Amino acid sequence: MAQAHAPQFKNPVVKWIDSRLPIFTMLDHEYNQYPMPRNVNYLWAFGAIAGIMLVIMIATGLVLAMQYAANTHIAFESVERIMRDVNYGWLLRYVHANGASMFFIAVYIHMFRGLYYGSYKAPREILWILGVLILLAMMATAFMGYVLPWGQMSFWGATVITNLFSAFPLVGDPIVTWLWGGFSVDNPTLNRFFALHFLLPFVLLGLVVLHTAALHVSGSNNPLGIDAKGPQDTVPFNPYVTVKDGFAVVVFLIFYAAFVFFAPNYLGHPDNYIPANPLVTPAHIVPEWYFLPFYAILRAIPDKLGGVLAMFGAIAVLAALPWLDTSKVRSCKFRPIYRQFFWILAIDALVLGYAGAMPAEGVWLLVARIGTAYYFFHFLILLPLLGKLERPLPLPASICEPVLKGGGRVAAGAHAKPMEKA
Amino acid sequence: MAQTTHPPGTGGHAASGGEGASRRDFLYLATGAVGAIGVASAVWPFIDSMNPAADTLALASIDVDLAPVQEGQAITVTWRGKPVFVRHRTAKEIEEARTVNLGDLRDPAADDTRVKKPEWLIVVGICTHLGCVPLGQKPTDPRGDYDGWFCPCHGSHYDTAGRIRKGPAPANLVVPQYAFTSDTAVRLG
Repeated sequence: MAQAHAPQFKNPVVKWIDSRLPIFTMLDHEYNQYPMPRNVNYLWAFGAIAGIMLVIMIATGLVLAMQYAANTHIAFESVERIMRDVNYGWLLRYVHANGASMFFIAVYIHMFRGLYYGSYKAPREILWILGVLILLAMMATAFMGYVLPWGQMSFWGATVITNLFSAFPLVGDPIVTWLWGGFSVDNPTLNRFFALHFLLPFVLLGLVVLHTAALHVSGSNNPLGIDAKGPQDTVPFNPYVTVKDGFAVVVFLIFYAAFVFFAPNYLGHPDNYIPANPLVTPAHIVPEWYFLPFYAILRAIPDKLGGVLAMFGAIAVLAALPWLDTSKVRSCKFRPIYRQFFWILAIDALVLGYAGAMPAEGVWLLVARIGTAYYFFHFLILLPLLGKLERPLPLPASICEPVLKGGGRVAAGAHAKPMEKA
Repeated sequence: MAQTTHPPGTGGHAASGGEGASRRDFLYLATGAVGAIGVASAVWPFIDSMNPAADTLALASIDVDLAPVQEGQAITVTWRGKPVFVRHRTAKEIEEARTVNLGDLRDPAADDTRVKKPEWLIVVGICTHLGCVPLGQKPTDPRGDYDGWFCPCHGSHYDTAGRIRKGPAPANLVVPQYAFTSDTAVRLG
């Protein structure tokens, strides 16, 4: 491609460094000239938004860690001290606590975009699996972070989730004792959760680097799900995508700031402002909203081990998705039947989330069971069959063809000038 | 590999080159095995450091005075960071626990295997489902359908011997290790 040529740097210092360690060439290649399909929509901004969220979480987390004390006697008070006495402590903590929710919102939209446009299909399988690993690392980080304030939900959430591992026969109880470092969730548990909560975001960052590296090998997918065939199908990353992603980031940050400043505790649970008490279980233990669909799956299965396996299976099935979906067509735009089932899955995830927030009895248990059954039916039965049975719509010859109405050749000739339409 | 260069029919593995290769294979394997054992032994202290420490284990037994607990009352004591239910059972509760058909139980256990003295039931007050503390210690608490305990988290019902009767929990409330040190005192752990 035309973009492949090495850039010429005018600044002699940049030139000197670049000839010894080509970071400027790399940056120019990956973030300046990198060809993006010209038809990507705003859903493609959520990867950048998630990346910004990770940076915000690490930055706020670092300064919060300087004030927080990971000891069961003073953890709760140290968080209250952050809220009341530390300069801007309230702001940093609310940015961090709501940031977890915003990070999950961005990542869930990013994932459903991948599901809709078939971004997990060849040659992007490893890219997708790295994404599933990022989700797992995020979930572990978020769970341990929620334990740190040492409120009632912190304590009982930690108790319920660590007890999941006791479901495994024989090794279960020793594993749980090992996770706790004692005979119940206690000070050793809080201490190690803090250490891991600090470590895992950097593991996450490493995974994000690999995720991005894998992305830049195959290039971004696009709403048509067909490969870019040449320069007429792409625009350079800068300024087209930097500006577009930048605008999306600003809009997202406004949404985020609305929570931070006007409803900072809306997404939390009031019981977590009660200090942890190992002798009193709150009447209704619920995890944070981003875990609710998985929590519903856990509770839907009447067997303890079965419930745990189903919950982990719900994420594992995503890693197998590139091989479960047998259709060669990526984008839902050209899969009229799958498109409908995609929306049913999206609704199913919301219904599971709602059922996960409700008490596990009566009608909600039934709803959770139907939702769970559908979730696995979608991935394990429907997707493999649909790829064989469905007749996809005809794909366009190239990305620019539907836009330019067959004028692709003209555009190809005109691409030396910056493209006006992107 | 060396042996693939031998023409077929010369008995590749028996030839000197084949022997050399197999000796080298052995060295690779042996080096790899020693390395793996070395890494595993080096990793073990890291893993084991996360297990309960000596001071945590040292707090593992407590003495409980039962004298003030009247018949029909129950107390909760903390042992190893967990609540332990000590219930002074009434004659009716003992009768209920004994007359159950063991075949109907999810985790069959006769009442006399779960108590040392019939009037004192001592169980760890942690639901075997996901670790909540069941209700039923206070007179005003719901005690479930079987006069024992009711776990509010996911709706498990336990009977007057702490056995699971209904709901998602897979097993009976755990009977901790304990011994009566006198008629009215018990040592847990």
